[in-house]
Formats: sequence, C-alpha cells, structure tokens
Amino acid sequence: MTDRSHNPSPQAKIAVRGLTMAYGDFVVMRDLDFEVMEKDIFVIMGGSGCGKSTLLRHLIGLREPAKGSILYEGKDFTATDPAERGAFIQRFGVMYQSGALWSSLTLAENIALPIEENTSLPPKAIQDLVSYKLSLVGLSGYEDYYPADISGGMNKRAGIARAMALDPDILFLDEPGAGLDPLSSRRLDDLILRLRDSLGSTVVIVTHELASIFAIANNSIFLDTATRTQGATGNPKQLRDHSDNPAVRTFLRRGEDESPSSNSPS
Amino acid sequence: MPPNDPPPPSACWKQEDGRVVLELSGDWRRDGPAPVIEGEPPDQAPDRYATDALGAFDSTLPAFLLAHLRGVANPDAADTPLDGLPPDLRGLMELALAVPEESESGRKKKPASNLRTLGKRALRIWAGFLSVAEFVGLSVLAFGRLLTGRARFRGRDFWMILQECGPQALPIVTLINFLIGLILAFVGNVQLASFGASLYVADLVGIAMVREMGVVMTAIILSGRTGAAFAAHLGSMKANEEIDALKTFGFDPFDFLVLPRILALVLMMPLLTIYANVVGILGGMLVGSAVGIPPVLYWNETLTAVDLTTASLGVFKSVFFGAAIAISGCLQGMHAGNSSAAVGQATTRAVVAAITAVIVLDSAFAAIFTVLDI
Ligand SMILES: Nc1ncnc2c1ncn2[C@@H]1O[C@H](COP(=O)(O)OP(=O)(O)OP(=O)(O)O)[C@@H](O)[C@H]1O
Ligand SMILES: [Mg+2]
Repeated sequence: MTDRSHNPSPQAKIAVRGLTMAYGDFVVMRDLDFEVMEKDIFVIMGGSGCGKSTLLRHLIGLREPAKGSILYEGKDFTATDPAERGAFIQRFGVMYQSGALWSSLTLAENIALPIEENTSLPPKAIQDLVSYKLSLVGLSGYEDYYPADISGGMNKRAGIARAMALDPDILFLDEPGAGLDPLSSRRLDDLILRLRDSLGSTVVIVTHELASIFAIANNSIFLDTATRTQGATGNPKQLRDHSDNPAVRTFLRRGEDESPSSNSPS
Repeated sequence: MPPNDPPPPSACWKQEDGRVVLELSGDWRRDGPAPVIEGEPPDQAPDRYATDALGAFDSTLPAFLLAHLRGVANPDAADTPLDGLPPDLRGLMELALAVPEESESGRKKKPASNLRTLGKRALRIWAGFLSVAEFVGLSVLAFGRLLTGRARFRGRDFWMILQECGPQALPIVTLINFLIGLILAFVGNVQLASFGASLYVADLVGIAMVREMGVVMTAIILSGRTGAAFAAHLGSMKANEEIDALKTFGFDPFDFLVLPRILALVLMMPLLTIYANVVGILGGMLVGSAVGIPPVLYWNETLTAVDLTTASLGVFKSVFFGAAIAISGCLQGMHAGNSSAAVGQATTRAVVAAITAVIVLDSAFAAIFTVLDI
C-alpha cells in the first residue's frame, strides 16, 4: 500500500497531515490525520475545550500549524503564498462560535457586504439574495434589525446566513445548533443537507448535538481530551456501535451504558 | 460561437391553457451575465415551472424566484405550487417559504417621520440631563454608603484603577505640562522683554500654571486617557452582559464599578495637578535661564508671586474636575448599548462630555473666585 501522506486520495477536499496545534508552548492536539471528501458533511466532535474551534481556525487559515500541513484539493494550504491562499479563503463560508456579526450593520447589510465586495450584481439582485438567505434560516422580515436587537439563537442563524452569502464551496460552522430550539435545529439540519445537494458544498461542522450528528454527518473526527490526539474518524453511526475506542462510544451514547447486545464479551 | 459558451440565464413567462408557466433556462451564476426576463411577469405565482433547459445554478435563481413569489403571493402560503422544479431547488424553495413558528408578522419596523425623529431627539436630550442628574445623585449616595462601610468593591480593583489613572499617566502629564510652561514663558518673555521686565516671566508662568493651566491641561489629558478607558471598559462589560451578571450575584454595579473609579480619580487628580504645576514652572525656568534669568532668582520670584491661596485654588478645582471626568466616563459606559459599535460611541461621548464639563466648571469657578475676590 502506498504511503497516504504522500499521495492523498484524488477527491479529498481537505487533507490534514500530522497536524499539531499549539498556543505557544501549550499543545492543544497533536498528530491529527484525516480527510474530508467532496460533498461530505463532516463533524468535529469532542469534549468542551478539547480544541474543536482551534482546529476550525487552523482549517480556515487563521492560525498556523505548529507542525504538519493542511492540503486543499491536494495543494498545501499552509505553504502557499498569500494570494493563492486568499483565493481559497474566498471559497470558504465561516460561521464563528459567537456569531461574530458586525454589530454596526443591520442583518441585511451583514450579508450584503461580502456580496457587494465580491461580485458586480446590481443592488436589486443583492437585495433579493439577502432576503433569500435570511428566509432560508427563518429570519425573513428581520432585514433591518441590528444584531444587538435580536435573540442569541437568531444571531446564530443570521451568522449562518452570512456564512452562506457567497454560496461557499466549503462551509465551516462552529456549533450552529447551540442555542437553537429543537425545531430550528431540525430545520438547520434540513438546510445543510439541501445546500449540500443543490450547491454541492462540503460542510465541516463542530457540534455536540447527537441527534443532528446522526441525522446528517457521513464522516467525523473525535478529538480525545485525555490523549490530546484524535480518538477516531469515520461515520458516527458506525463509531457509536463499533469503535474500538471506548471514549468515542461513551461520548456518542451520552455516557449511557452500552446496550448488552453490542457489548463485546470480555 | 464556441459550443461550450454557457447559455445565458433566462426566465420566460408563458400561458398554457389558462395556466401560468415559468420557463427557466441557462446557467444562473452570480458572476455570469444578468438574467433575461421575457414576457410580462403576471400578478400571481406560476402554476408550473418548465426547467428542461435549466443548466447549473447558484443562489441567484432561488433568490430571483423568492423575490417574485414574495412580491405577488401571500408569503406564508405554504401551498405555493412548485411543480416542475428540480428536486434540490424545490427543497430550497420550500425551506425559504416556510415561515417558522416565531413569525416575524407585525414586527416590521415602520419608517419614522421627520417630526417624530425631531421629537425623539429633543426628548433624548432632556433624558440625557436627567440621567446625568440621577448619576450624580447615585454617586453621592454611594459615597455615603462608602463612609458608613456598606459599599462593596474589591480593594484589588481599586488599586489597579489608582495605578492606571495616576502613576501611569505621569509621562504624558510631564511632557504636556513642561511644554505648556515653556510656551507660556516664551510668549510672556517676548512681551515683557520689551519693557525690560523679563524677570516677571516667573510671575506670569507661576500664576498661570498654578491657577489654570496645570489643572486644566491635566484634566483634559485625563479625559482623553482615563475617561475614555472607563467608558470603553464599562461599555464592553455592558455589551457582554457582565454587568447583568454582577447584579444577579447581588453586587450593586454602581458600588462595584463606578465608586472605585470616581474615588480613584478624585484622589489622583490633586496629586497630578500639584506635580503638573511644578513641572510647568520648571519648563518656564528653562526658558528663563535661556534668556538670562538665573534659576535661583527665577524660583524666588515664583515664590513671591504664588502664595498658598493661589496654589490651593488649582488643587481645589482639580477635585471637582476629577469627579466630573470619572462620572462622564462611567455614565456613558454604564448607559452604552449592547454592541461593539455602541462602545465606540460611548467612548466618544464620554471624552466630549468630560472636556466640556471641565471647561464649563472652570468658567464657573473663575466667576465665583472673581466675585469672592480671591
Ligand atoms: N487564544 C488562545 N490562547 C491560548 N489558549 C487558547 C486560546 N484559545 C483557546 N485556547 C485553549 O485551547 C484549548 C481549546 O480551545 P477551543 O476553543 O478550541 O475549545 P473547543 O473544543 O472549541 O471548546 P468548546 O466546545 O467549549 O467551544 C482550550 O484548552 C483553551 O484553553
Ligand atoms: Mg469552540
């Protein structure tokens, strides 16, 4: 078998090779190795504070790896020159954990700003796009509200609408489901699936919501706090039932005892 | 024409035995050509879509469709016909048309009339006066609680604030006041030298620094430095709901945040003012020695000009200026809105209010001292 690190599989959208992430001397995670395929819905899981947001920040190029590399479509993202990197970043849509809407702009302006700067669409078309994006997340009619005047969950949804503004090739969402009621959260899962199907976007999500993990994800990585490296990668349903890492199984069952049927005889 | 030239996007309205059909074709792309619309858009949602010639599309197509549907039909009609759309586009349209439970109906903001805006503005100015009065009142009450030992704040916070608004301001206070002393001496010397009365530069610099310039310049520096910092700090605490968190733990945010700041500035302003006066006189002395007045002579002349009453006037005023700066900063911070933009506005307002308050108070003191003949 060929060494995978020198020969990433052809359709791998994102390939992470031996990534070590650190803040100064503090190593958050080491030796991460995984691939995200085109049109995957890829979930990053793990306990609070284990480095999920940090991993996302590395993937979108906001932080440099301490070691290892990140390849987009086979090109080393971490080593490319700024211009090429900028072209990649243009194809990303990112929703930050705190929403990070620009508080001096209305919701409509928040979404319109990236569109205005990156396309030459006429104002009417931009306005239509903005109301469409807001309708998708269930916020139609809130165009003229400022982020401070709407609820936390609504901020989150508006952040998702902004992340989708440019029909990104890869959508990164940091805990989009946190702060949403079960119905909105369901609707969000629906939206993510539909976006993937209609626009062919690849989606990378940080989330703890087991229901939505099992509903939408077809691939995942589990970051293990205890060992400070990846616990497992693969389809979350299979990890729940067949992972050989007990921490992963426990996490995916919310710490409940494993049902006797799947308990391997000791 | 090359065969692989993408077909331009177009939407064509047609009638087919009394039913409206929308024919969509071409590639709908953000960076492609603008869509061509043929036929008269009817005043109703299409009954059917024909999409055989539809190529690739991004969000511009659903956005276009949604805008039309919203324009004609009752937007929350969940039964808008979507027949004929490809499944993924249809899914997106269903999602966009579905209005969630907490509907926005009736929450749309009405555009305000000019008269209304004017009235609101006038009311806001009045409310501003009231809030200043209230804040000053609250400060006095909090001070009362402090004296009776019932106000709670952390000693460590107080020392930090004291450190920030006192010792850390020394470099800028030194520089500005030294230069002011220098400038006063230069300007004074030009006039006095023509009467052969150069020595009186010492009187001029001494009295001007000690009565007015030292305290006013220091107050203006602290308005920009400390007043702005207070407003920005409290404003972002407000935006992050930190102040609400204090309240729920039973702390009085006024005692906890505002009181130590006012106290720190009221203590530090007189000390900084005395220091500023001395530095300003030294600046004058430098010019004095440059034009031939020996430093000892200059110093003695200053001492005869500036008596204790004059010297204490500036220091007396500085206490009030300190309180005014701290109150402006804290007031704007505590009343800031819930966003980072609001923090910026609060900071601006705090500095403007502090400088205005300092100058207005100073004029009032000038009038009072004149009447009292001090
Ligand atoms: N800017 C920073 N400087 C130093 N350490 C940091 C910084 N940001 C995060 N950390 C540390 O890195 C670790 C991972 O943080 P991260 O925000 O990635 O966690 P997370 O997995 O996203 O957690 P959560 O689920 O709570 O959002 C934490 O231990 C945190 O203390
Ligand atoms: Mg996080």
